[in-house]
Amino acid sequence: MSIAALNSANLNAGQKVAVKYFVVAMVLFLAQCLFGMLAGLQYLQPDFLYNVLDFNVNRMVHINAMVVWMLFGFIGSVYWLVEDESGTELVGAKLANLNFWILTLAVTIVVLVYLFVQTGPGTIETIWFINEGREYIEAPRWADFGIVACVLIFFYNVAATFMKGKWSGISGVLVLDLVALAGLYLAGMFYTTNISMDQHWWWWVIHLWVEATWEVLVGCIMAWGLMKTLGARRKIVTTWLYIEVALMFGSGILGLGHHYFWIGTPEYWFTIGGFFSALEPIPLVAMVVHAVYDSGTHNFRNSNHPALAWLIAHAFGNFFGAGVWGFMHTLPQINLYTHGTQWTASHGHLAFFGAYATIIIAMIYVAVQKWRGDVWMSGDLADKGWKWKWSLGLLNVGVVGMTVALLISGYEQSFVERALEGSTWGGYFSAQTQPWFIQGMHWRMLFGWVTTAGVVLLLWDLATIGKKETRRAIDPTATPVMT
Amino acid sequence: MADTPWWAREDVWRKWAIWVTAFMAVVLIFLTFDTVAKITAGGERVPGYDVINKRIYYTFNADRNMQEPVIGGDAPLFGKMLSAGEAEELVNLGKLTVQAKNCMNCHTLLGNGAYYAPDLTKAWLDPAWGAESVREQLMVSFLMDPTTNARTYGTGRRMPQLGITEDEAKGVVAFLKWMSSIDTNGFPKGFTPIRQEESS
Repeated sequence: MSIAALNSANLNAGQKVAVKYFVVAMVLFLAQCLFGMLAGLQYLQPDFLYNVLDFNVNRMVHINAMVVWMLFGFIGSVYWLVEDESGTELVGAKLANLNFWILTLAVTIVVLVYLFVQTGPGTIETIWFINEGREYIEAPRWADFGIVACVLIFFYNVAATFMKGKWSGISGVLVLDLVALAGLYLAGMFYTTNISMDQHWWWWVIHLWVEATWEVLVGCIMAWGLMKTLGARRKIVTTWLYIEVALMFGSGILGLGHHYFWIGTPEYWFTIGGFFSALEPIPLVAMVVHAVYDSGTHNFRNSNHPALAWLIAHAFGNFFGAGVWGFMHTLPQINLYTHGTQWTASHGHLAFFGAYATIIIAMIYVAVQKWRGDVWMSGDLADKGWKWKWSLGLLNVGVVGMTVALLISGYEQSFVERALEGSTWGGYFSAQTQPWFIQGMHWRMLFGWVTTAGVVLLLWDLATIGKKETRRAIDPTATPVMT
Repeated sequence: MADTPWWAREDVWRKWAIWVTAFMAVVLIFLTFDTVAKITAGGERVPGYDVINKRIYYTFNADRNMQEPVIGGDAPLFGKMLSAGEAEELVNLGKLTVQAKNCMNCHTLLGNGAYYAPDLTKAWLDPAWGAESVREQLMVSFLMDPTTNARTYGTGRRMPQLGITEDEAKGVVAFLKWMSSIDTNGFPKGFTPIRQEESS
C-alpha cells in the first residue's frame, strides 16, 4: 500500500464510491457559502443583482446546496463504513457508481434550472419541471422521483451488504433509520391548494428528517467514528447509540408539534409540541457526555486529530445549535413572537453547521487519511497542522458570529415588529430599518466572510493534509506506551 | 460484563429504543388523523375556498386570549360571487403561482419561509393597502409590476419582476384572502387588521 499519495488502491469498493460523494459534497459546501454571501449582501445592497439573480434565487440555492451536500455527505459516510462494519464487500459497486453519477447529474440540472430559468408560470408543469417553491424541498417533482429512485438503490446496496455480511447494533439502527428517512421524503411529494395541509406534511419531511432521522444517522456515524479514531469499545458506543435513539425519537417524533402552533392546526399541539420539543436537547447532552467521556478515558490518544476535533465540535455544536438555540424559542409563549423572524435564521445556521456539517467534515478527514494510505494524522504534523486548526477555528468562529448577529437582529425584530407594532407590514419594515437590526446584518456579513475563508482553507487542507507524511497512523486500540 | 448494572446494559436500552420509538410513532399517527380532519378546507379551522365571497375580519376572543377570524357578510372578490368550484379554481391558481414564483424564499407564509420580505399570512387584511375599496386593484397592479409600484419603506428592497399575469395576480389575491381566514391560534401576535366596515 502506497503512503502519502492519494491512491484509490488504498480504498475498498464502498470507500471508492464514498470519496466521490465527499468531493461533490465539498464543492456544494463552497457553493452554499457563496450563494449565502450573495443573499446576505442583498440585505445590505438590495439593488445588487436585482432582477438578475434575486434574493429568492440566491437563498434557494443557498439552502438547497446545503441539504444536498449534507445528503451527499451522509451517503458518502455510510458507503465509507459499510464494508468495514459488515465485514464483507459492497454487493453492488458498479450500481453505486452509476447511481452517484445519475444523482450528481440530476443535482446539476436542477441547479442550472434554478439559476437560469428561476421561475415559471402558475401551472403544475412549473412544479414538475422548474421549481416546487416549497422551502428546502424546492427540487421539481421529476427530481423528487429521481431522488427516491437513487435513495432506494443506495438503501438496497447498504441493506444487502449487511445481509450478506454481519449485522451490528450500529448497522441495525442505521438501516432502520434509512428506511424512515427515505419514506418520510414521500410526505413532501404532492401538491395541494390548502396551505395548512401543505405545511402540515411539509414539516413531516423537514422536522422528521432534521430533528429525528438525520440526528439518529449522525449518532450512528459518531458511534463508528469514535471507535475508529479513539478505539472506543463497541459495547459502549452501541449502548450510547440505543440511549440516543430512545431519547431522540422519544422527544423528536412528537416534538414535531412545535411546528404546528400557527399553521391552522389544533390548539392541543401547544401542549404536545411545547413539552416534547423542550425535551429534544436531552439526547444532545447525552451525545456530548458520550463523546467527551470516551475521549477522556482514552486520554485523547487518537489516530486522527482533525477528525476527533470535528467530532467534538459536532457534539457541542449539535447541543448548542440544535439543542439550546432550538429550546430558546420552542415554547409557544415565546415562539408566538419569534416564529418567522431572524431568530429562526440564527437557530438554522448554528444547528445545521453544528449538528451536520461538523460530523461530515470529520468523516472526510477519516477518508483522506486512508485514501493516502493510512498516514499519520495525530499530533506533530509537518506544518503543525495549521491549516486544519485555522479552518476549524475560522469555521466555528464564523458560524457562531453569524448566529449571534442574526440573534440580535431577531430579538430586535420580535420586539419591534411583533410586541410593539402589531405584526403588520408597517411593523415588519419598521423593524427592518432599525439601526440595531441593520448592524446585525453587517456583522452577519462579516462573519460570512470568516466562514467562507474557513471553507476555502478547509478544502485546501483536505487536498493537502498528509501529502508529505511518511509515518503510518497510530492504532488507537493498541495499549499506549506510558512514559 | 457480569457486573454491569441493568440500567447500563446494551440489551435493556435496545428494548427501550424500539418500544419508545414505536409508541411515539403510533401516537403521532393517531394525532395526524385528527389534525388532518381539522385542517381540511371547509373544516372547523380552515374555511372552504368560497370564503373569498365573504368579508373576513378579526375579533379578540377573551377566552382564548387571542384574535380569531370572523366570516362576515357578502364581499365578493373583484365584484363577482363565485361558486364553490370557481372559488377553488381561482385559489388554486394563486397557490400554484405562489409556488411557481418561489415567493417563499423571500416571504413567509404562516410564518414559514424566508425573512427578506413581510409575512403573507394576513396580507389581505394588512393596513398597508390603505382603504378597503382600492385594495384588490392595488394588489393586482403591484403583483404585475412590482418594480414600478414598489414601496420599500426605507429598506430599498423591491420585489422582482416575476412575469405574473393578470389572471395569476387575481389568483394570488384570492389565495391571500382565503389564507387570511385560517385560524392560526393568534399568529402573528397582536395583528392589527385594515379598518373594514363590519369590523370598525
